[in-house]
Amino acid sequence: MQIELTSDALTLTGELNHHTVPDAAKEISRLFKEGTISKIDLGELTMIDSAGVAFLDEMHLKLSEYSKEQIFQKVPAKIQAMIDTYSTLELPLVEKPPKMGFFEQVGDSLLNSYNELVKALTLAAEIFYYSGVGLFSRKDQRRGSLLQQAAQLGSEALPIVALLSLIIGFILALQSGVQLKNFGANVFIADLLSITMVREMAPLITAIIVAGRSGSAIASEIATMEVTEEIDALKMMALNPIAYVVVPKFHAITIVMPLLVMFSIIVSILGGAFIAIGMLDIAPHTFFTRAIDIITIKDLIVTFSKSIWFAWVIVIIGSYYGFQVKGGAEGVGKATTAAVVSSIFAVILFDAVFSLLYL
Amino acid sequence: MKELKPVIEIRNMVAKYGTKTILSDINVDILPQEITVILGGSGSGKTTLLKNMLRLYEPAAGSVKFWGEDILTMDENAFNEVLKKTGMLFQSGALLNSISLYENISIPLEMHTQLSAKVRDRMIRVKLSLVGLSNAMYQFPSELSGGMKKRAALARAMAMDPPLLFCDEPSAGLDPITSASLDELILSLKEQFKMTIVIVTHELASIHRIADKIIFLDSGTMLFYGTLDEAKTAKIPQIDHFFEVGKF
Repeated sequence: MQIELTSDALTLTGELNHHTVPDAAKEISRLFKEGTISKIDLGELTMIDSAGVAFLDEMHLKLSEYSKEQIFQKVPAKIQAMIDTYSTLELPLVEKPPKMGFFEQVGDSLLNSYNELVKALTLAAEIFYYSGVGLFSRKDQRRGSLLQQAAQLGSEALPIVALLSLIIGFILALQSGVQLKNFGANVFIADLLSITMVREMAPLITAIIVAGRSGSAIASEIATMEVTEEIDALKMMALNPIAYVVVPKFHAITIVMPLLVMFSIIVSILGGAFIAIGMLDIAPHTFFTRAIDIITIKDLIVTFSKSIWFAWVIVIIGSYYGFQVKGGAEGVGKATTAAVVSSIFAVILFDAVFSLLYL
Repeated sequence: MKELKPVIEIRNMVAKYGTKTILSDINVDILPQEITVILGGSGSGKTTLLKNMLRLYEPAAGSVKFWGEDILTMDENAFNEVLKKTGMLFQSGALLNSISLYENISIPLEMHTQLSAKVRDRMIRVKLSLVGLSNAMYQFPSELSGGMKKRAALARAMAMDPPLLFCDEPSAGLDPITSASLDELILSLKEQFKMTIVIVTHELASIHRIADKIIFLDSGTMLFYGTLDEAKTAKIPQIDHFFEVGKF
């Protein structure tokens, strides 16, 4: 591309395309400083693309501020045809959607949060209703779905629950055992471990694992069904999507969650026993007797009812984000992430409430 | 008359999925400023041929030359330079969902050119205007209908003014009016911008409107390569059946 300035006319020779425009822009900007340019001779231009036309549009805007002459001179027919097609000078300007102000944003998010809460509570009510109905009539559920869901949500989580509970029991015994030994109170390690695991850690850890594993699975399964129109297909087959998809999960998790918590308690106490017996010189009989005796029926009732609440929260939140999905594959990912984060938050919040109520 | 050099030369191409042969013995010369339509029934290997031509799948044998250079043997950088001169309209549109249409079209311009923001802005706006989506430029792909997505994807494929354009089923799933307007646009790309275009389709109306040449595939074999009129007089039963059944 060659650019020449003679008196007030700029002559462009060669090809004006996305390769040559950046250099041409620099050269012309330098020439602007040297003298006045009021027209551009395009007679020697052999080729132009949309980048070239966009650049000429920019030049036209700049020169038309002071030049009263026809700006582009001697334009070859084929170049004129390209300018006619690619020029944006006549295009209407489309405004970017305006951004909301601070108070609008706050108001909008509050209103959205309120609407979401209403939707979530409505969904929760529907889930409870259809789960209640589903106990007596299984006509909207596929045969074997309860067992399948129980295996998926429960037994497949066993290894990770076992491993984490063992490690936590191990760490708890190790850390507290060292402190108790200083006071000659080694034997209380059994009480401490048992109370901590039964009342707090086992249900909480199990719920967090289930929220991460099963909560995400529930949200992504329902969200995928929503974006691929499977939910609509169920409705068209006169099946209730909540009764068909959510209720088996709800029933299954209600059964398996207390079992997982029970399993977590046993494994974590075994992990603690390993330290207590091996390193703190406590007799096995003494350890297990103290660990069992310290637990009351009330503790177990609170723990298991707490774990059931956690399970329900996980299913409801997972289902809510699944049904609310927008967009395609990206929406499924967002729904899954939101479900896991919200479930873990809600589980910890519920745990705090339970702790206050049943101290 | 001066003989035109082919833009794309395919010689003895064989395409396989694992050990299964999908296409065999494909030989094609696609000339500049021609619209070549790859057609055939479902499962005949149309999209496989397109993707093997573009190295999205690696052909099991044969050569594919773009502008005289074998793209199968060239290194990544050289191939990227070739890709900058080609546009591709995918069957689903394949727009990036997390960004607006404007940003989708801006990507190749930002990444591959040194153009100023103002020039890029004008290029993006004109491309969206050409496909009739000026008013949707700040919308996200998830907010668009199927036809709008296809048109937006075409605008993205045209972003760099490529001399070579590939389209995979551009009219599939579109209503006849949208489909016809997309065909008009493809024809004007050929006429005005001298583009060479390769299209996969089995929409008969579309084939009649735009095809200069057709490649007819049947069960992985190229039964015919030539003009539409030649195809109709070639007396090949599969082709006759294809056009006969699709008549309306």
